Amino acid sequence: MLRLPRFSYLRPASVAEAVAMLADHGDRSSVIAGGTDLLPKMKRRQVQPTVLVGIAHLEALSHRETTASGAVEIGASRTLTSVLKDAELAHHQPGYAQAAGLVSSPALRNTGTVGGNLCVDTRCNYYDMSEEWRTASGSCLKTGGELCRLAPSSPRCWAISSSDTAPIAVALGATAVVAGPEGEREVPVASLYRDDGNAHLALGRGEILTRLRLPAPDGWRSSYVKLRRRSSMDFPLAGAAVALKIDRGVVEGCRLVLGAVASQPVELSDLVHGLVGQPLDEEAIEEVASGASRLAKPLDNADLSYVWRKRMVKEIVARAFRQAATSEVAAVP
Amino acid sequence: MSTSREWVGRRLGTVPGGGEDGDGAFQVVGKAMPRVDAVSKVTGATVYADDLSFPGTLHCVLLRSPLPHARIRCIDVQEAAGLPDVVAVLTGAAMPTRFGVSPSSEEEQALAADKVRYVGEPVAAVAARDEATAREACKMIQVDYELLEPVTSIDQALEVPMDEPIHAASKDGNVHRLASLEFGDVDEGFAASDHVREDVFFYEGSNHLAMEEHSATAIFSDGQLTVWSSTQSPHSVHRALSSVLGLPMRRVRVVATPHGGGFGGKVDPCSHEIVVAKLAMITGRPVKCTLTREEVFYNHRGRHPVLMWVRTGVTQDGRIRAMHFRTALDGGAHASLGAATTYYTGALQPATYDLPAYRFEGCRVFTNKAPCGPKRGHGTPQPRFALELHLDKLAEDLGMDPVELRRRNYVRPNSRTVNGLRITSCAIEKVTDEVLAASGFSRRERRDGHGQGFAVSAYLCGAGTPMYLNRMPHSEVSLKVDRGGVTVFCGATDIGQGSDTVLATLVAEELGLERGDVRLVTGDTGLTPVDLGSYSSRVTFMAGNAAIEAARKMRATLVAAAAEHSGSRPAEMTVAGGKIGPLSFEQAVAAAEERYGTLGSVGSYAPPPSISASKYRGSAVGPSPAFSYSAAVVDLDADRVSGEVRVNKVWIAHDIGRALNPVLVRGQVEGGVYMGLGEALMEAQAYRNGLLHHPSVLEYKTPLSSDMPEIEQLLVEQPDPEGPYGAKEVGQGPLLPVVPAVVSAIHDALGVWVDEVPVTPEKILRALDAHAKGSDPRTGPRSFPEIPYPPCEKVALPDAASATL
Amino acid sequence: MLRLRVNGETYETLTESNETLLEILRERLGLTGTKHGCELGECGACTVLLDGTPVLACLVLPDQIDDAEVTTVEGLADGSVLHPLQEAFMALGASQCGYCTAGMLLSAKALLDEQPDPTREEIRAALAGNVCRCTGYASIVDAVALAAKAPKGAR
Repeated sequence: MLRLPRFSYLRPASVAEAVAMLADHGDRSSVIAGGTDLLPKMKRRQVQPTVLVGIAHLEALSHRETTASGAVEIGASRTLTSVLKDAELAHHQPGYAQAAGLVSSPALRNTGTVGGNLCVDTRCNYYDMSEEWRTASGSCLKTGGELCRLAPSSPRCWAISSSDTAPIAVALGATAVVAGPEGEREVPVASLYRDDGNAHLALGRGEILTRLRLPAPDGWRSSYVKLRRRSSMDFPLAGAAVALKIDRGVVEGCRLVLGAVASQPVELSDLVHGLVGQPLDEEAIEEVASGASRLAKPLDNADLSYVWRKRMVKEIVARAFRQAATSEVAAVP
Repeated sequence: MSTSREWVGRRLGTVPGGGEDGDGAFQVVGKAMPRVDAVSKVTGATVYADDLSFPGTLHCVLLRSPLPHARIRCIDVQEAAGLPDVVAVLTGAAMPTRFGVSPSSEEEQALAADKVRYVGEPVAAVAARDEATAREACKMIQVDYELLEPVTSIDQALEVPMDEPIHAASKDGNVHRLASLEFGDVDEGFAASDHVREDVFFYEGSNHLAMEEHSATAIFSDGQLTVWSSTQSPHSVHRALSSVLGLPMRRVRVVATPHGGGFGGKVDPCSHEIVVAKLAMITGRPVKCTLTREEVFYNHRGRHPVLMWVRTGVTQDGRIRAMHFRTALDGGAHASLGAATTYYTGALQPATYDLPAYRFEGCRVFTNKAPCGPKRGHGTPQPRFALELHLDKLAEDLGMDPVELRRRNYVRPNSRTVNGLRITSCAIEKVTDEVLAASGFSRRERRDGHGQGFAVSAYLCGAGTPMYLNRMPHSEVSLKVDRGGVTVFCGATDIGQGSDTVLATLVAEELGLERGDVRLVTGDTGLTPVDLGSYSSRVTFMAGNAAIEAARKMRATLVAAAAEHSGSRPAEMTVAGGKIGPLSFEQAVAAAEERYGTLGSVGSYAPPPSISASKYRGSAVGPSPAFSYSAAVVDLDADRVSGEVRVNKVWIAHDIGRALNPVLVRGQVEGGVYMGLGEALMEAQAYRNGLLHHPSVLEYKTPLSSDMPEIEQLLVEQPDPEGPYGAKEVGQGPLLPVVPAVVSAIHDALGVWVDEVPVTPEKILRALDAHAKGSDPRTGPRSFPEIPYPPCEKVALPDAASATL
Repeated sequence: MLRLRVNGETYETLTESNETLLEILRERLGLTGTKHGCELGECGACTVLLDGTPVLACLVLPDQIDDAEVTTVEGLADGSVLHPLQEAFMALGASQCGYCTAGMLLSAKALLDEQPDPTREEIRAALAGNVCRCTGYASIVDAVALAAKAPKGAR
């Protein structure tokens, strides 16, 4: 049986204490909420923190509120299932709810959290392997080695951003509340990420994502389409998140974000800029979708071939646009 | 299949029973009832191998090779042995005797001593107080390796000369086995054909992915070794342990624990089974080893990747005149049952289609990958896939309906094939009729992106020859009856297919009892007479017939005693409903004990010699006491833009002979369909840079509940003259036609061929792209390698007498 | 010392912080009905209920359990009376080798507790994280649908 390495589990009484514990223990520590991402990685000895700082029990991280305008704030330790079952949220932000429902399997959604999925580690099929396999293969940049197994001449790690909720959160213009040694800061979700598979989160030592703020729908529609081999379980092979504001068939605003084609969610703002002020017909969708496929650069470190994944970006972007265009616009409460 | 059954409540602990359906002539045979161990399974009470614990158990972890091909210069275990709580460290030097599942394959060592031949090959073992310590100690073992060039493909394996062969004994590069057989005059057949077609196909290897990871525990005490293991063949493990450990068979007992899935992956004796036994002998303590999922992928013994070339000559009216079939199997690093697998890739083509002339050339090579072995369908899904698609293409060439082309060539009941196989009961026509009628295949809706595919298949009801040459029974049963009850002893191993239920059903039927009245002791080489194991769909047919023989003898004894006791004639006695004539079963048993003393009866089964009419190299593979036939239609949507496939429904008709218990039969049929869909669309034991690409449940893709279509099963019950109550196999046959039917349906939907499984969306798009560019609208292998097959052994056709049976 | 409520009984047991609920159930409490097929959250064999919600025991730490009630397959029957799901699994052959059965039953129980009359699609979706290699899922989906027809008092 695969077993966890030894560690001590700390139970802070507050977010501030959690932050302090993480700052104290530094690189030896890791924050843990649901643990669905961290614990398998620990069993495979990809990471071996000796101190785990548990935050799932903190009430401050499990609240959920809707403002009068329809903005929603979700505590980072709320489970993905709780998001799915949240009828009000599904009404205001269908794209986000959709994405949460497409993460992994039912049991993992019952444990996996809102914050955990936003922060989920990048993946690579040279990295997400057992210690024995990686010994046979040789270490990589993400496991302290000298070279990337996927692209040996590359100076950087190409592990893939594999969050389903990050692309849609970016597309919706969501913000993240981060607690750290210097207090709380609020940042656009987009700026949580860096294009480096080995250090994909722009969080400082001791910082914890505490809340996700989804803005009021304000006439925006949204959709997330996930590419994967099977109907459950699988991580995204590509994801397309679309936020769209249309008035009488004419685009007033549009954001398109791709997931799982780089080490961070990729927003294609230049590509969709031209849509604004234009009618959203099939031709326009086709053009944007083709453009997205051209820009997407998936690599050969996930399931199925990267050639097919790149080609399919066009399909999922088109599907996401069609879905968003026909989705309901949330009424202001 | 939906159910309209009303809810029936039952109480915990009561014997499941009170089934329905079935043939009125029988009391329990043919009735839909829960398996006899159902309560234990649904309450978590069943004790599987890893659930066992004995006081003082040590935990064993195997150190595995990180290299695909290397010589072992030396192994330093000193540091590991010195770690606190480590009790013993073992290397291959302690167990030099080589073993294998069959005598022709005895080249494996429990722990590699001279060289390692694949990543994951066990090289050392640690027994420690707990698993974590054993694992830590493994990391401290220093192995000095000398790197050797790895061989990773069939082509590379065929290269001569080579730096260093994987096995010193192999000739012609890394060739493990060559087969060259000719039945009838193939050249003449091609000359007489109006049309000849050649195709090349590839079928990727796959793992069984049984949910239970292999586990074994050994105890050595008082000069006796006992090993509990999740094995499909305790008899094979028994033989291997005796041989490697130098213990007489009588000092070794192997107990097959309740089993969390086999599918062929637990037929071979495994390293960990031998290692725990050796460590138990060294330490005097119980030693347990449970593999991790990744280790199961290394242990493998799964489906062989097979490249195939087939050439067939037909007349204008669709009659096959000659077929030439070539296969090249990527065997991985060890022999396993691979010699048999090689012959199986050629043996059953004539058991489905009446081939007047047939040439088969097979080749298995060694490569530096995890060893392949038997997986559900053992060596026959690959040629089935190739043959069925090849016939579809021939039909297209001839402008003939693909079903009609097949029908014109179907084997007939009670016939003898060109390679000497005896065909008795054969419902191939009927399964075709049934599946066509239910699916509406001939009237299917024709639109782009939607398609249906049809295929048929044949499979064995047990290998006609044992894994090692002998003339003893293949299955033996003894029956103990006394005032304490009825106990069946049989070496057969229930791997989830329900063989215990079959034995209980047959004995209950013969003795007029309920199934719950029959106690079962199975799969225990210390207590039960020999059965060769759960493989080749042999258990119902062979152990079933042995059980019937034993039960009928017992029944005669009880009837005689009851008749004498009650002053009636034996012929007047009915045996049913817990009564023997006027006496209750218990009274009859008491009368018999008074009259005869200790009551016991035995039965055994060996297939009749007539199942094979020809003797040639490889003739041990193929003959079977009966063949089952299956036909499938797959309905699917295939997306021209994305290449994605969605299977809507599968109709499967199966020639079961008689369904001894429709609940169990249904489970085997649907499970086979599922596994066939998995292999058609997803499953692949694939490698990258000599390393397994997908050694996890997440990345080794198999269909999930939400990926599965509805399945409609159609059971054809035409009792076999020699099967137990007419029953035939169901564990493997229904998988076979599904794989080609999927690919055929994709062709029906999109007009392109994907001549290689698994079919991924990308392969479909490649074929569509080729089509759009005006080239050959297919994806698949382009050529078949040059292989140094020896001259064909020309096998005389069965003589006229045996041909007519 | 960990205090744990399992199937209505209170256990006190020594544990290490790095033992998962799977190891605690099987190795500390002797409740071996909960199985394991990967230990990485990929197969569903170790599914148990925490306060009625399916979770994977191989990924649950003792410190994450708090006061939650754990339900395992051993706790599914009500004394000597089987849960309707267990009876339906028996009747329709939804348990073959039986290794995925515990996880399947508990995922299905959570579904029926929340959605007493699920569609076949809902059943398939609820079981999508539980891998079975024997049945092709057909008899399992049927069994859950059959159990849903049981008198409501029976579950």
